[in-house]
Amino acid sequence: MSNSYSAKDSAFIARLRKLLPTDAVLSEREELKAYECDALTMYRVLPLAVVLPENETQVEAVLKLCHEARVPVVARGAGTGLSGGATPRTGAVLMSLARLNRIIEIDPLARAARVQPGVRNLAISEAATPFGLYYAPDPSSQIACSIGGNVAENSGGVHCLKYGLTVHNVLALRVVTIAGEVLQIGGGALDQPGYDLLALLSGSEGLLAVVTEVTVRLIAKPQCARVVLAAFDSVVTAGQAVADMIGGGIIPAGLEMMDRATIAAVEPFVHAGYPMDVEAILLCESDGSAVEVADEVERMEAVLRRAGAIECRVSRDEAERLRFWAGRKAAFPAIGALAADYYCMDGSIPRKALATVLQGIREMEGRYGLRCANVFHAGDGNLHPLILFDANVPDELSRAEAFGGEILELCVRQGGSITGEHGVGLEKINHMCVQFGSGELEIFRAVKRAFDQHGLLNPGKAIPTLKRCVEFGRMHVHAGDIPFPDLPRF
Amino acid sequence: MTDDLYNLSERIRAAAEQRRALRIRGGGSKDFYGGTPHGQLCETTALRGIVDYEPTELVITARAGTDLREINATLREQGQMLGFEPPSFTDQATLGGAVASGLSGPRRPYCGAVRDFVLGVQIIDGRGDLLRFGGRVIKNVAGFDVARLMAGSMGTLGLLTEITLKTTPCPTAECTLRFEFDEAQALDTMSRWVGRPLPISGTAWHAGQLSVRLSGAPAALQAARRALGGETLERAGEYWQAVREHQLAFFTTAESLWRISLPGHAPPLALGEVFLEWGGALRWLHGPADADEMRARASRFAGHATLFRSAARPVGGPFQPQTPALLALQQRLKAVFDPYRLFNPGRLYPEL
Repeated sequence: MSNSYSAKDSAFIARLRKLLPTDAVLSEREELKAYECDALTMYRVLPLAVVLPENETQVEAVLKLCHEARVPVVARGAGTGLSGGATPRTGAVLMSLARLNRIIEIDPLARAARVQPGVRNLAISEAATPFGLYYAPDPSSQIACSIGGNVAENSGGVHCLKYGLTVHNVLALRVVTIAGEVLQIGGGALDQPGYDLLALLSGSEGLLAVVTEVTVRLIAKPQCARVVLAAFDSVVTAGQAVADMIGGGIIPAGLEMMDRATIAAVEPFVHAGYPMDVEAILLCESDGSAVEVADEVERMEAVLRRAGAIECRVSRDEAERLRFWAGRKAAFPAIGALAADYYCMDGSIPRKALATVLQGIREMEGRYGLRCANVFHAGDGNLHPLILFDANVPDELSRAEAFGGEILELCVRQGGSITGEHGVGLEKINHMCVQFGSGELEIFRAVKRAFDQHGLLNPGKAIPTLKRCVEFGRMHVHAGDIPFPDLPRF
Repeated sequence: MTDDLYNLSERIRAAAEQRRALRIRGGGSKDFYGGTPHGQLCETTALRGIVDYEPTELVITARAGTDLREINATLREQGQMLGFEPPSFTDQATLGGAVASGLSGPRRPYCGAVRDFVLGVQIIDGRGDLLRFGGRVIKNVAGFDVARLMAGSMGTLGLLTEITLKTTPCPTAECTLRFEFDEAQALDTMSRWVGRPLPISGTAWHAGQLSVRLSGAPAALQAARRALGGETLERAGEYWQAVREHQLAFFTTAESLWRISLPGHAPPLALGEVFLEWGGALRWLHGPADADEMRARASRFAGHATLFRSAARPVGGPFQPQTPALLALQQRLKAVFDPYRLFNPGRLYPEL
């Protein structure tokens, strides 16, 4: 079925078609449906059109046209984002970077990979494997998510305490501004003169520019890895064990915690052999040379036992290591199987606040009448509460959203952040008003204008308007429920 | 707002009203670096003290005027350090200056740069407003990363009042190996070794001698030493400190010193006597040499050249010129934070 476009919109789409190959402009309703949301599926909007440029020149041409016509543009990688960063907008062009999917160069001597933004995260490591190298940041969606999306969200992963986030592993970017200007940010060196635009662009959620090329750092693949699984009869003890380990100078390659509800959900799902009837499980990974790992695992085990672990197991071989991880990696789907829907939150907190925050969440479960399971990137204080609900039950979605919002506010009160790695996007835009004051938000808006004077790149995401914050303050009284979330506001 | 912050903020408001430039200064240890400082002196040394330090969180927050020495000593007591090993150059160096100058030491290619460790900042902007960006947690992607943007901005965006950094555990053991290599061999060797899973934490080459520092568990160091060979360097700690602080004769005798940052595997530049660090990605050269030649040579390898120290500061500033598009963007960013161009005008670029 064809969309009924206004004469103005039809004329604009005709101009888009002149810039791109025939199959690179979508405007049929059925085609647009495939792009109506990212992994935050509760927000769905049909864009004006979808464009699929194949190279930088086409990206540049589309952006110039949109700039001239004052049509907003939403950039999209693989659409795996969890905060609605790639949710389309009515009347906007959705630009998919999926066709810019070439690995341009793997340079083993420079230990760098130069790739287009649509290349999948895992594909980079696969291409680097013959050289004994890999790309370290590994968001859980790494088989599907694109490196361009990783840059936009500054994605993390299970190993980021030791190996850093995306921002720590990007050496250079080529970006196109909304005005169609191509900028090369950073080169082959370890630093650059002037302001650190690489840092500013990392995690900018598609608000500042469109990435057309990414150079990432590759590192030597560790020779081996082993995991220590430790069980605890209280989350407080488990949290203390984490503090002891890090205070004792051990930086595990991965350090993950699951609470009782999560363990109960995953064990029947994957049969990882987790001890049941415990309050928390910690998975601590050590990687490096065989001697390094043997030494570190011994120290880890000693710390965990001293801290009060009721059980400690060390993976004996690669199969067992993968089995220990299987439960953690299946946590989201396993919890998803428990309820019709779940809502994944992404707060970050100082680790010492873990017990307080979990206690707070438990209290909220009672108040909102919804269950919540918690997985925790314990090493870096990034908590993912998964709120279970059923969208078909009237008001459960709004209760889940209000529950999630209250968790985020608790994280901020404890000195943490409303988002550790998923980004603000559409989802947490109101909570930006909780974390930042009006002065900081005004600076963010001005930074946006410095790149994008007319506010055309991904408008309505990440940085709230002043009016929105004022409204949120008022509406917050009504449990944070925003009517018509798909309507553009202000 | 505390009294000292209030006073600084009032001072900046007054300067804004009168459009009077301010020269932000901590301990003055890096006065020599960057473009010629201008404006009325605005010192941060009264903003002293560690605000919060939780070793188990790997996070320290301190006021910007705190001595780097004090930070280093406090961390060392808990078996931790600043992973980017910032140079001090004098005992007066402050934390604010370390972040604003954006300089990192020998550990940089293996552990990260200043900006990689900045988690949050409190600043006073060019309107006199006290603002906070980032936070005190390791993972935080809310809002644009203004905190990291401050690293290396040479104080041109705002007055840093408080900084939160990620800390790093000190390695359990360290040793340094020495090898006899010419420059080309050293560059080649460093490139190959860093692509292998070896616990390398520092590399330096000068006058035929390559020094490689290893950090980690004693067993790992032994294994690496067996794999690499070489002679063990005695009093290696003093050597790396001298490298970082520019106390070696190569640095102290230089009339002008060029800092070339480029990909480590770039071939020898053949521009005179050279001191290599960062696996070849950082090359120090004695001047005076023709600035255009230095810059052209660096940019041929996608790098850049800085006149790090010199008797007379060059007119266009010591840093490699920006492309017009990038310069214009940075001017717009400068105007976001400092619309009246009060802070350190010309210290980074004449136009900023």
